[in-house]
Amino acid sequence: MKHFISLCASFLIAVPALAGPDEDLAAFRDFYIKSFPLVELADHKDGAYALDEAKREQWLEMEDFPPYEIAVDDGAELYSEAFPNGKSYADCLGEQAPAVKHLYPRFNDNEGRVETLEWVLNTCRLANGLPALDYLGEQMAALTAYIAMASRGKKVNVVVPDDERALAAYNAGKQFYYSRRGQLNFACSSCHMQITGRMLRAERLSAAIGHTTHWPVYRGKWERVGALHERFRECNEQVRAVPFEPQGEEYRNLEYFLTYMNNGMELNGPATRK
Amino acid sequence: MTDITMQIRISIIAGFSLALMAGWIGVSLPVSASPESLEEGREIVADRKRGNCYTCHQMAGAELAGDVAPPLVQMKMRYPDAAVLRAQIADPRMRNPNTVMPPYGAHGILTEREIDRVVDYLLSL
Ligand code: HEC
Ligand code: HEC
Repeated sequence: MKHFISLCASFLIAVPALAGPDEDLAAFRDFYIKSFPLVELADHKDGAYALDEAKREQWLEMEDFPPYEIAVDDGAELYSEAFPNGKSYADCLGEQAPAVKHLYPRFNDNEGRVETLEWVLNTCRLANGLPALDYLGEQMAALTAYIAMASRGKKVNVVVPDDERALAAYNAGKQFYYSRRGQLNFACSSCHMQITGRMLRAERLSAAIGHTTHWPVYRGKWERVGALHERFRECNEQVRAVPFEPQGEEYRNLEYFLTYMNNGMELNGPATRK
Repeated sequence: MTDITMQIRISIIAGFSLALMAGWIGVSLPVSASPESLEEGREIVADRKRGNCYTCHQMAGAELAGDVAPPLVQMKMRYPDAAVLRAQIADPRMRNPNTVMPPYGAHGILTEREIDRVVDYLLSL
C-alpha cells in the first residue's frame, strides 16, 4: 500500500503550532464550545449520543442491560487473583488502585516513554514472572473494564511534566492527530473537528472531547469489549491508511495527546457503542 | 442548394466530427454518454469502495446520504464546463486546500475512465 501522509493545514488554524499543552487544551475546549453552543462540554463524554437525540434513545435502551457487565465481573476476578509470588496488580498501580484510570497515560521518566494503563498492567505481569497479555484479547479487555468501572466519576488528569522527552511525545501525538493519512487523505481532525457533528452516511461524527473517557467499549459491531487502540486502528483503516500496532509508540503518543485534550472530563467507562 | 443551407450542413458536419474527435482523445461530452455509461457512472458514485459520494453529498437517487457537503443538484447548469467539474473530483484540493473531500484522481481512488463516467453521470442529474 502506498503511504499518503501530510500535515493538515487546518491544524495551523485550529491550534497554533508552537503552543504548549495548556494553550492547546484551552483552544481545543473553546473549539467545541463554539462548534456546539447548545451542548454542555461535559456531555460529550457520551460521544455521538450527546449530539443525536434519536440515536441517544436507542443507546439508553441498550444501557438497561449493559453488555459489558460480564467483562467487568471477569475483570474483578482476574484482578483479585494473586500472582504466584504473592503480589498483585494493586501493588503495581499505587495508592488509588483500582481507581486509577484517570491518571493514564502517564510519562515514565525512568524509561522516557508514555505508558498507558494496558502497558502498565503488562509491565506489572512481566515484573512478577507472568507472560504479557494480548493487548486485543479478552483478559486485557476484562481487566481494563473492571478498572474503568472502579474509576467512574474521576476526572481525567493527565500530566505532561516539564521534561523535553514528555513534551516530544505529546507533540508527536498532536502531529499524528492533525496529519492527513491514507489514500482517502483524512486526519483525525478532519472528521472529529472539521466536520464534527455532521452525518457521514448514517454516522454522526462525535467530538474528540469525550473520546477517551469511556474505554474499553462494548461495540455491537465487534460483539465484545475492545480497546481504544482498536478504535484508532479502525479509524485509520477506514481512510485506507496503514494502521499501527496496538500499544506501539505511535498510538501511545496519540492517546497521550488525545487524553490530555480530555483533561477535566469525567470518566464514564466502560461504555456501549454501536 | 442555397448558400445558407450549405453553410448549415457544413457546420453540422464540422460539429459532428469535432464531437467524434473529442471522443477519440478521451474528453467526454455529456451528449455522447450512453444509458449504459450513465448507469456505470451511477454505480461508481454509489459504490462504497469506489466513489462513495453519498457518504457526504445528498443527490438524486442517494440513499442514507450524509450532510457533510453541498447537495449535488442542477449540475449541468452549474457546470457548463465539464472540465471544471472533472477537476473538482480529480483533486478538490486545487480549489480548497483544506477540503475533506478525497482527491479521487490524485490519489488513484478512481481511474481516469471512472472519473469520466462520474462526470457524465453528474451532468445528467
Ligand atoms: C473518515 C472519518 C474519520 C476519521 C478520519 C477518523 N475517524 Fe474516528 N470515528 C469516525 C466515525 C464515523 C466514528 C463513529 C461515530 C463517532 O462516534 O464519531 C468514529 C469514532 C471514533 C472514536 C470513538 C468515539 C466514541 O464515542 O466511542 C474515537 C476515539 C475516534 N473515532 C478517534 C479517532 C482518531 C484518534 C482518529 C485518527 C487516528 C480518527 N478517529 C479518525 C470517523 C473517523
Ligand atoms: C468525505 C466527504 C466527501 C466525499 C466522500 C465527497 N465529497 Fe464532494 N465535496 C465535499 C465537500 C466538503 C465539498 C465542499 C467544497 C470543499 O470543501 O472543497 C465538496 C464539493 C464537491 C463539489 C463542488 C460543489 C458543488 O456543489 O458542485 C462537487 C462537484 C463534488 N464535491 C463532487 C463529489 C463527487 C462526484 C464525489 C464522489 C466521487 C464526492 N464529491 C465525494 C466532501 C466530499
